Amino acid sequence: MPFQPVILWTDALVFLLLAVLIGVVVYVRKREHLRKPWQRVSQSPSGMVGAVVLAFFVVIGLLDSLHFRVRLDGAAPAGKSVYAVEITSVLDQMLSSLRQRPEKTYSAPLAYRSYARETVELPGGRQVREYPRLTHGGAHLKDPEKEWAGDVGRRVLAGGAIGFILWLLTGTILCAAIAHRSGSSLDRAWLSVMRGELDVPWRAILMTVGLLLILASITATLAAKYHVLGTSKVGEDVLYQSLKSIRTALVIGTLTTLVMLPFAILLGIAAGYFKGWADDIIQYLYTTLNAIPAVLLIAAAVLMMQVYIDTRPQAFPTAMERADLRLLFLCAILGVTSWTGLCRLLRGETLKLRELDYIQAAQAFGVGHARIITRHILPNVMHIVLIAVVMEFSGLVLAEAVLSYVGVGVDPSMTSFGTMINAARLEMARDPMVWWSLASAFGFMFLLVLSANLFADAVRDAFDPRVAVKPFRFSLRGALRKKAAT
Amino acid sequence: MSDTLLDIENLSTWIDAGREPVRAVDGLSLTVQRGETFALLGESGCGKSITALSIMRLLPDAGRVVDGRISLGDTDLLQLSEARMRTIRGARIGMIFQEPMLSLNPVLTIGAQIVEVIERHTRVRADEAKRKARELLDSVGVPDAERRLTEFPFQLSGGLRQRVMIAMSLACEPELLIADEPTTALDVTIQAQVLELLRELQRRRGMSMLLITHDLGVVAQTAHRVGVMYAGQIVETAPCEDFFRAAQHPYSRKLFASLPSVGKRGQALSVIGGNVPSLAQTFEGCRFVDRCDYAQPECRSIVPTLVATAGGRAVRCHYYSGVLGTEGLPRAGADGTNGTSSASAAAVGSEHMAPGTEALLAVSDLRVHFPIHRGLLRRVVGYVRAVDGVSLSIPAGRTLALVGESGCGKTTVGKGILQLLPPTGGEVRFDGVDLASLSASALRARRRDLQIVFQDPYASLNPRMRVNEIIEEGMSALRVGDTPEQRAGRIDALLKEVGLDPASKSRYPHEFSGGQRQRIAIARALAVEPKLIVCDEPTSALDVSVQAQILNLLLDLQRRHGIAYLFITHNMGVVEFLAHEVAVMYLGRVVEQGSVEEVFAGPRHPYTRALLSAVPVPDPQARREVLRIPGDLPSPVSPPKGCHFNPRCPHAFEQCRSDFPAERKVSPNHGVRCHLYDESGREVAR
Repeated sequence: MPFQPVILWTDALVFLLLAVLIGVVVYVRKREHLRKPWQRVSQSPSGMVGAVVLAFFVVIGLLDSLHFRVRLDGAAPAGKSVYAVEITSVLDQMLSSLRQRPEKTYSAPLAYRSYARETVELPGGRQVREYPRLTHGGAHLKDPEKEWAGDVGRRVLAGGAIGFILWLLTGTILCAAIAHRSGSSLDRAWLSVMRGELDVPWRAILMTVGLLLILASITATLAAKYHVLGTSKVGEDVLYQSLKSIRTALVIGTLTTLVMLPFAILLGIAAGYFKGWADDIIQYLYTTLNAIPAVLLIAAAVLMMQVYIDTRPQAFPTAMERADLRLLFLCAILGVTSWTGLCRLLRGETLKLRELDYIQAAQAFGVGHARIITRHILPNVMHIVLIAVVMEFSGLVLAEAVLSYVGVGVDPSMTSFGTMINAARLEMARDPMVWWSLASAFGFMFLLVLSANLFADAVRDAFDPRVAVKPFRFSLRGALRKKAAT
Repeated sequence: MSDTLLDIENLSTWIDAGREPVRAVDGLSLTVQRGETFALLGESGCGKSITALSIMRLLPDAGRVVDGRISLGDTDLLQLSEARMRTIRGARIGMIFQEPMLSLNPVLTIGAQIVEVIERHTRVRADEAKRKARELLDSVGVPDAERRLTEFPFQLSGGLRQRVMIAMSLACEPELLIADEPTTALDVTIQAQVLELLRELQRRRGMSMLLITHDLGVVAQTAHRVGVMYAGQIVETAPCEDFFRAAQHPYSRKLFASLPSVGKRGQALSVIGGNVPSLAQTFEGCRFVDRCDYAQPECRSIVPTLVATAGGRAVRCHYYSGVLGTEGLPRAGADGTNGTSSASAAAVGSEHMAPGTEALLAVSDLRVHFPIHRGLLRRVVGYVRAVDGVSLSIPAGRTLALVGESGCGKTTVGKGILQLLPPTGGEVRFDGVDLASLSASALRARRRDLQIVFQDPYASLNPRMRVNEIIEEGMSALRVGDTPEQRAGRIDALLKEVGLDPASKSRYPHEFSGGQRQRIAIARALAVEPKLIVCDEPTSALDVSVQAQILNLLLDLQRRHGIAYLFITHNMGVVEFLAHEVAVMYLGRVVEQGSVEEVFAGPRHPYTRALLSAVPVPDPQARREVLRIPGDLPSPVSPPKGCHFNPRCPHAFEQCRSDFPAERKVSPNHGVRCHLYDESGREVAR
């Protein structure tokens, strides 16, 4: 084998979560009452735009979760393969051109000269202080002062064109699928998509996909020869760092909820259903936990974890594994501190549900507590759980950034939005300012959180029974006009 | 026409929902004369409230008036700007809503809310407005008005709140008062007071009233003219007396025929088959055609119009319009015994086993108290005595009705019998076994025999379970049927028995109407072959025509399976129609008990008398003298000493305030707990 797969703890959990999600989708598809709210989600334009952007991030995150060690050629004795110590992911391999073109230090986005002035020795032995050319960024330009603008422009145009063609292709495939399902022609399908006549807002979805495709291919064509978002202090490509940070953010946002859900669901329902002393204990538990500053708890737990890892170097052979374990532990401790809100919500809802007639009817049949909870209460609070989970996601992504900035977040060797911001903050005072690290971290995180929030809003609107049905798309004025015309 | 106050012409209000708008009101025309009470009668969803909201221009966002004209005197309401409309609302048109609890702002005092209305519409000084507010409260019969002005809504009872609402809507002496189901949320005794108040205010002030209701009794007691609404249209208008004497439209006749009453005892109630058609469509014929017994081919193809008939009446039916003659409906089957139900339904009563046979259920001195916890250590500081010593007995296959006003503990008795609430004291003997003494597993086995049907068909079925899962739950918990196949077969049989299509078993509850859901709930209870079913107001959330279907079904099941019912209700018509015996509850205790015939013919307890006299009768000739009982139900936390009824009883004397009367037998089948009667049941002269 040319590589040896490595499954880190977080990888395993991420793929477990993915499997559960797929299972849920299959389950929901078969049940009409569960499918309905999701159909409503799919009809919300802002929600679907959010979902598309989110999907783009998730794909990057998943690619970054397939880890392996490459086989080293040559050095291996006969019959035995030797693998590299370094663990890389599929994303790393795809971005190897970005990864393997380090500069000396900072350089601005799309620059061909370094940010810092250096003393360079000219062929004649004379020394000058100047901004030296970068080793990789714009290295193909012979006379950069003259060629740079034209080269960048050409690449932008070419990238844009490729993106547009890709978008046309995607759109055609989509419309062909729609036409196939509804049994109409391809032209008709294009027309109805563009006029927004279908229930699902395909036009908004296609626009978003188009924008993403065009941006991505422009970035790709530029990145072949330039550092699109500049380089960091040690000369690492900032675009690469930003893409790597996505996985960290997603892992924190999703795995934390996995830790949190059992606490919240079990304790919340138990408190609401059994009332009495069980309720008292659980309430005291979460009010107490809520009263301790979460940062304090997290800092203490992460430091303890660090000591544990440091004293057992043989258990964690690579830095990657150490960083991974610390990430997992961070998820766990964030989960332990953040279940109280959902628990309180579920307790209240269960208190209300347990007095409902259908639960009394089940009790009149002598149905046991466990069965009442799993059959009657749990399915009727799942919408709250779902809404809480999607709303929580963006909060956790932001929390990671803050914690890493404070220094109790992920391992310093692991790229994350928090570590990027932390590294960039001191450079804000330099003149000219080093703004690109911070700006990219901010931009990517903003996009991720905004799309998650848009999606969460759509989910809440679709599942929350208290939110009235959205004002119908059928227009009364249109109907009146028709009526007047006849 | 100077005496016409409100003139609605061809009003159409659409509500947007999905692709097709719902034509909630479709071409409605009506007039209300000055000084007249016009009752708009109809079942839920027929567009009554939307009509009222259209007049007030308070429609929800999704609703729009798309056509028509509404004039109040000389003002065309639909042409006014919103700012001008605000000066009309409250000043020229007042409105009372159904739920007095939700219509008052809980954080403002009563006085502040009334004064606000007065100051909004008239130019008076603050103290003048306050004086006027007090006068208003006096005029609607709120005792101690001065103090009430400074109180908050939660300090008032439901009846007082509705009076305050009425006072507020009368604050600027409106020409028109719209009352949207003003008494639906109230108990009968309070309802009688409020109706009387409305009647008197209307007469005294000469204002017009548009009364919206579904209750024929309320109409008969208050209205001058009636308009019957069906599926967004008025199908019949008539002067009240004429309407109750001889309704013309087939739908109106069916409404009368489906009312349960003592006269229909022993026979199946007439039902209106089918459902109200969806209003999200355009109709090509009569809207009632699918449910009408007289339907002809013409009814499907020609849309009927409202045609005037003799005596100031109008009706929307081809039998009057000339299409099928102008003579009116054919006589045959005029009272609709040709409904879908079997006419052979149980002859209730006498031929059943005689009373005195071994009681299936014997409850003696049942008490259910809820502790009140206070403070950090949750110490018990008192008890809510929801049920405080109730004794009942039901023989197999008979029906005992438990009646009383809300808050008297009826439902708690039902749940206490089923051991859904742990009784604090007393005995519940079922088949000779005390249920409270059974172990958990023995009790579970017993649960097969006792089941319950709830009031609200929307809350009693888990929305996340399919119909067959709902019915099967009890069967699998109590091990009825050995194999899944047997159970599946039984589910099909049960669905057929309650009148549902077995093919619908894999659907979810939300796909069914209220009546169908109640049938599912009954099938769920029947699944374990119970001997006794506690029916907790099973029809009070349903429309009259659907109520008739459910009552027929319950009677039919009793006849076939010999099931006994404990029927908890506040609807006296239902009691007269289906119960054998009745027990009247007041504040956690039974005050009078006996066979339905004797209790209804000769009520002895002052409370029973007041209760029965307050029930509105659907007959304008029979406006009875309502016996008023002052005040409200006392709190069950600290019930009055002695007879619980003594603070409100017009006949109370010394002894009533000190000890609770023992049961006195008026006849072998009739007992009363009142000091007015001696041991032999004769009235003691005081």
